[in-house]
Amino acid sequence: MIQFNRFYTKCNIISLMFVTISLFFLIFKGLNFGIDFKGGTLIELRSSSNTINVSSLRENLSQMDLGDISVKKFGNEQDFLIKFENKDNKDDIIEEIKSNLDKSFGNNFNFRRVENVGPKVSAELLKSGIIAISLSLTLMLIYIWIRFEWQFSLGAILALFHDVIITLGLFSFLSLEINLSIVAAVLTIVGYSMNDTVVIFDRVRENLKKYSDIKIFELTNISINETLSRTLITSVTTLLALFSIFFFGGEILKGFSLAMIFGVIFGTYSSIYIANTVLVRLKVSQKTILKDEEKN
Amino acid sequence: MLYFSKLRIILVTLTCLFFIFIAINNLLSQNNRFIDKKINLGLDLQGGSYLLLEIDNSPVIEQKLQNTSSLLRTYFKEKDIRIANLSLINNKIRFSVEEKFKQNVIKEFQDEKSQINPYYPRFKSHQFDIIENESFLEISLSKQGIVELKNSSQDQALETVRRRIDEIGTNEPNILKRGNDRILVELPGLDNPMRIKSLLGKTANLTFQFISNNDQDSFGVEKFQYEDGLDEDFVSKRIILSGDNLLDAQPRMNNQTNETVVSFSLDRVGAKRFGKATSSNIGRKLAIILDGKIISAPVIRDTIASGNGQISGGFTFQSATDLALLLRSGALPAPLNIIEERTVGPELGQDSINAGMIALIIGFILVIIYIFFKYKIFGLITNITLIINLIILLGILTLFEATLTLPGIAGIILTVGMAVDANVLIFERIKEELKNEKNNIIAFDSGYSKSRTAIFDANITTLLAAIILFFMGSGPIKGFSITLGIGIFTTLFSVYFIARLFTAIYVSKNKDKEAMI
Repeated sequence: MIQFNRFYTKCNIISLMFVTISLFFLIFKGLNFGIDFKGGTLIELRSSSNTINVSSLRENLSQMDLGDISVKKFGNEQDFLIKFENKDNKDDIIEEIKSNLDKSFGNNFNFRRVENVGPKVSAELLKSGIIAISLSLTLMLIYIWIRFEWQFSLGAILALFHDVIITLGLFSFLSLEINLSIVAAVLTIVGYSMNDTVVIFDRVRENLKKYSDIKIFELTNISINETLSRTLITSVTTLLALFSIFFFGGEILKGFSLAMIFGVIFGTYSSIYIANTVLVRLKVSQKTILKDEEKN
Repeated sequence: MLYFSKLRIILVTLTCLFFIFIAINNLLSQNNRFIDKKINLGLDLQGGSYLLLEIDNSPVIEQKLQNTSSLLRTYFKEKDIRIANLSLINNKIRFSVEEKFKQNVIKEFQDEKSQINPYYPRFKSHQFDIIENESFLEISLSKQGIVELKNSSQDQALETVRRRIDEIGTNEPNILKRGNDRILVELPGLDNPMRIKSLLGKTANLTFQFISNNDQDSFGVEKFQYEDGLDEDFVSKRIILSGDNLLDAQPRMNNQTNETVVSFSLDRVGAKRFGKATSSNIGRKLAIILDGKIISAPVIRDTIASGNGQISGGFTFQSATDLALLLRSGALPAPLNIIEERTVGPELGQDSINAGMIALIIGFILVIIYIFFKYKIFGLITNITLIINLIILLGILTLFEATLTLPGIAGIILTVGMAVDANVLIFERIKEELKNEKNNIIAFDSGYSKSRTAIFDANITTLLAAIILFFMGSGPIKGFSITLGIGIFTTLFSVYFIARLFTAIYVSKNKDKEAMI
């Protein structure tokens, strides 16, 4: 049996540190919002010539008065991603850029993807993204409250916040782009982390009923160990699927799968070291669940 | 738990075969005889354009108030109530009326049978609100009045947008209302929406009005710019004809001038009016005005009674074709703004499909190898179940003709990764049970029953996340929530019916074998 409980306090301190650092980044550095949430225009283009590079593209486009502009490679040598503010929301800006690039570099470009999000829409998308994440956290809270005692709900919710905050903090730290698919990833992380926590909690509760003489500190450790191989196998298969998306699923799904990979790792960790330690600190005992059952 | 009745075995087998049959339809180039359903590919996979248009209703509201204020004047004139100082300020009609009539006027507006201010009994609201402001009376559209106005302008705009897009002839466009002032347009297979964007961006309000440099014009005059922006002219406010009177419009080559023109034919009312106006105004210039700009202003040389005419204005063949199309499909009630656009070229779409499929196959193989390595014979059972699970998932997507998007494929891959969870929970539990229980059948039975609550809880949480995404997400993300959500049901079905059936058969044949898992 692995003595997970020996590290409860240490891990709590480390988690607290990471959450604090993440919040620090989120507040002071903020998130790198993509055009979904910030508004603007995105062009993914492929050049058929090897001589075109990021700096020549940037130089050319910066003469066009497009506002804040970013040009970067997208996947391979010949794919580029151009993003700019498009403040005036001009409809024919894409054609202008196309003819300008064709004039400067020859007809070498294929516009593979164009996205243009107006300021009104991006504000709405941001709002609905925030609502979606808050709503999912609330629903999870309600669900776990119905299924378990309040001490368990608190543990599960703290674990969720831990996962979401650190994942977003990492995105802030690495300046990775936040777009609609990241919101989807965060919601899935919430589901996954909850899933993991619930399985261990289910065992903790079962063991609480079984052994009246074992302290919660020891009991959580037993439960974690009993469910450990399941926790690991499921994490591994999920990660196998996610890494496969990350490496082979194309450039568009990179951010999504990366967020999910972070989330699955944090989620697995937090269901062991956050959710359970809350039970320990709240001194959950057999009485806790018996009291609740009497009430019903 | 391990017992399966014959009937249940048959039902499970039939269900599986049914979905396999449906899923296979996606691979066939032709439809088979029994089912013509296929999974729809989202715009991000098949390529295409997504446009979200917002109707700028301010001109509609202003027009409405202008019409109402002239209506007011005649309405109260008939009742011998003189209204004065009629003006439009900040979307309000303001006027003054003699003190003794004031209450009468207000009553007229607040009466449920009011002729000047329609009442909507369903919403318990009038079209207009009236308030007293110092010595004036002020009329503005009520909340419900604005909603009604927006709804009707959205209906009109939707019709016009549909006609314009149909005229261009893209395949299977999807045109939907969003809220009460937006229209969503999905154009599969279209990789350059430039032309559609420019066509949708024009109101196409066409009028024929005489040029009138004479200030004495009884209708008043208004200044208009020419299309080229170089010149301007005064034009009478009297509208001879509008786009509503057009029956047809086509691009033509004028043989005499070798110029591309748009020829049009008028309906009966229009032809009559046009004939009358041209006969009494020979020698005058008739301005053809489109969206507030004069396209051309030919001199009337003769009476035009046939109801046919031509518009010239230095068109190219393309611009004449577009103008004819716009005129045929009618004017928009208000300008449309494109507030969101997402276009994916067919090449990127195909690349995404390929990448998604490769990721799915590799992810699938990795999971299968890992599970087989972990559980041997039961791993094999899990893997067969996983394959059937995937086919059922595709079958359900086909049955509902759901839209598969790139994130949707990610959802399927994720389902593969998470689907084994339920089987893992069960098998791990059985392993524990086997430590204390020598009878294989009893151990398997209690393994299944004791793991049930955990499996149920775990799947509900993921389902909740999927449901929220379904309602909050748009387009591609919705596709993710669909595959993730359906994946949960197919997983539970395949774990509790298919995997358990295989397990039951295997265990009952190897009752006394030791170290089963």
